[in-house]
Amino acid sequence: MKVTFPHLGNLYVPIKAMLDDLGTDYVVPPFSNKSALELGTKYAPELACLPLKITIGNFIQAYEKGADTIIMVGGCGPCRFGYYYEMQREILHDIGYKMDMIALDIPWGNYKEKVAGIRKLAEGVKKLAGGWNINKILKAAVNTTIISKRMDELESLSFKVRPREKKRGTTNEIMKEFRNKVFSTKGSAGIKKLIEYTEKKLLEVEIDNNYKPLRVGIVGEIYTTIDTGTSLNIQERLGDMGVEVCRPVTISGWIIEHIIKGGLHLPRDLRFAEAAKPYLGAMIGGHAQETIGNSVLFAKDGYDGIIQIYPLTCMPEIVAESILPSIERDYGIPVLTLIIDEMTGEAGYLTRVEAFLDLLEKRRESKAIEGTTVLSGN
Amino acid sequence: MAIKVGIPRGLFYYRYYPLWKTFLEELGADVVLSDHTNKRILDEGVKSCVDEACLPVKVFHGHVLNLKDRVDYLFIPRLTSISKDEYICPKIGGIPDMVKNTIKGLPQIIDTEINVRRSHKNMWKAVMEIGSYFSDNKFQIRKAYNKAQKVQDMYDGAVRKGRLPSDILNSFQGDNTNFSLIRMDENPDRMDVSLNRADVNPNRNDVRANHGSMQRGQSLLNILVIGHPYNLYDSYINMDLVKKLRNNGVNLITVDMQDESTINKKASFLNKPMFWNFGRLAIGTAMHMLEKGNIDGIIYLMSFGCGVDSFVCDLTEKRVKRMSTIPFIVLTIDEHSGEAGMNTRVEAFIDMIRWRKKDESNISALR
Ligand code: SF4
Ligand code: SF4
Repeated sequence: MKVTFPHLGNLYVPIKAMLDDLGTDYVVPPFSNKSALELGTKYAPELACLPLKITIGNFIQAYEKGADTIIMVGGCGPCRFGYYYEMQREILHDIGYKMDMIALDIPWGNYKEKVAGIRKLAEGVKKLAGGWNINKILKAAVNTTIISKRMDELESLSFKVRPREKKRGTTNEIMKEFRNKVFSTKGSAGIKKLIEYTEKKLLEVEIDNNYKPLRVGIVGEIYTTIDTGTSLNIQERLGDMGVEVCRPVTISGWIIEHIIKGGLHLPRDLRFAEAAKPYLGAMIGGHAQETIGNSVLFAKDGYDGIIQIYPLTCMPEIVAESILPSIERDYGIPVLTLIIDEMTGEAGYLTRVEAFLDLLEKRRESKAIEGTTVLSGN
Repeated sequence: MAIKVGIPRGLFYYRYYPLWKTFLEELGADVVLSDHTNKRILDEGVKSCVDEACLPVKVFHGHVLNLKDRVDYLFIPRLTSISKDEYICPKIGGIPDMVKNTIKGLPQIIDTEINVRRSHKNMWKAVMEIGSYFSDNKFQIRKAYNKAQKVQDMYDGAVRKGRLPSDILNSFQGDNTNFSLIRMDENPDRMDVSLNRADVNPNRNDVRANHGSMQRGQSLLNILVIGHPYNLYDSYINMDLVKKLRNNGVNLITVDMQDESTINKKASFLNKPMFWNFGRLAIGTAMHMLEKGNIDGIIYLMSFGCGVDSFVCDLTEKRVKRMSTIPFIVLTIDEHSGEAGMNTRVEAFIDMIRWRKKDESNISALR
């Protein structure tokens, strides 16, 4: 058995650590690239959402490198993601790629379905771990969560350093070095050290302490916001243009809040839901509630602007998009919506981002002028 | 004066109008329905709604605009789930918020959440909440709902027996006709045939009639038409698809006509149970019909950009193609769809089925 898994931002790091620890053989698919998307577009239903298409591409590319088993997580709706692994199984079956699917799915449904679900989940875990070594499994689960959290912290640190660095490109160099090294590092212990090392290097980057970057909040569908490769590296690019970005939806957040706390019925951090309430009264699926709630929180926090990113036809984000103008109006915070699909042209996309940043800059200047006029007592 | 409650003629109107109307009227409200979808409703809906939304959601916005200045309340409940363990669609669950944040100057919206995903008991909670807008008397609310449920059951029963929701709903236009009239049409077979015939008027100066596809003595084709009720029964949205099919000698079979428990069994072959109510019904019905072997073709009507259908349609098509040679066509609609293109595709599809049938019978005659 040689397993593989879909890419989602830095997810490959904790998963790799987990598989190393479990001693399972695996292939990390090539980072999501144009040809992955092309493969997916060829085989997935035309109107499927972009993440499905890219994952199909990931799997085919991993298959070509010897993978025969896929690890996927599932869900119980209302969004399409919950049905991804079924679609992937059907698509791969139809185009003749023989791959097994280990679906780690939250058991749901009626009693019978739930029992069957629990059995399937247990079988999947057993297969992955190569036996029932509870100790080993639990340890791997804990380490995966910790590494995921560390990775997200590392990433958000890079969001802060990048716009302030004195020499453009330093942060990107450090992150690139991390990417290169992580593949030759085995196991959670080693990877943790590498993360610490990278963190230290980031903290040592020479920064301009007087520089006040524009602050932009990133909201939207989880895949296209986290996997910045699929959204033309928007977060890195903004950083390179001297903008500080913040993206509250993270993989570790998803693991901790959704899977662990949700699964164990522990109280979750629901500040975003509270904040969303006046605009979106309920959980409707995907991350619409996060998009709305976090936008409100950004606005209250004095951010300069918000960028919403989502793949074409994404159901919950379409609802969110139609609500965002109210927040824009109520809080006076500009919002830019970027929709990603396989036709997205880089040039047009960047022009819009640049125009948006210009707008934010002008607003900040005029606010500053207003501020000084008030101060001078006129 | 009675409180005027507006119900937009879109989305789940096609499923629950008898229930909602009866319930609200029993509580003394005056129910006002928006006009039939027309060019203006469509255009205004498209203009007000975000570009990326699907056509029925845009049209729904148009219906809200059509109603908003002539009612005291708008009835737009949040439909999260209408069946155990299942959902509908994130957009349907978010429609009250979409409308509220998109359209200005709205009357108060009754946006009570209906979510029976975990338990049917939640239905009563929703009923009481909606009822409390009109009455403090819990007993009266309960009674009103029970009566409404009866009317809805009759409606569902008539649909299950082969009547199309649009036919029933359209016969109750204008005045406040009582839905108990549904009962009059209970003879299922006769209903079916007469309905199919009523719309087939070979003498009409209709392109299709001249086209000669509906010839005298031609047998009826049984075609399974899969589509969300709000697409299938809104003749403006789908450019008169139902009439077109009937004129071409097609007997429509729809997902709503099926018995749910049979369909559930058929849908249980899926590796993972489907968590969209419509998805399970659609795929289960297709499987059921394939097994029964009495359909000549399948039409899947979907809105462009429909997230649910992008999966369900593909899964259904894959299965149908693996299991049979039954012709399968997908008709996609959005605000730019032209009627001519639709006509051509539908006619070609039906001609193809008729040719195949003729060929098949020729071959068997030769043998
Ligand atoms: S959130 Fe959007 S992109 Fe993700 S599964 Fe749902 S529809 Fe697809
Ligand atoms: S189910 Fe499809 S057509 Fe219906 S509202 Fe949702 S996306 Fe639109």
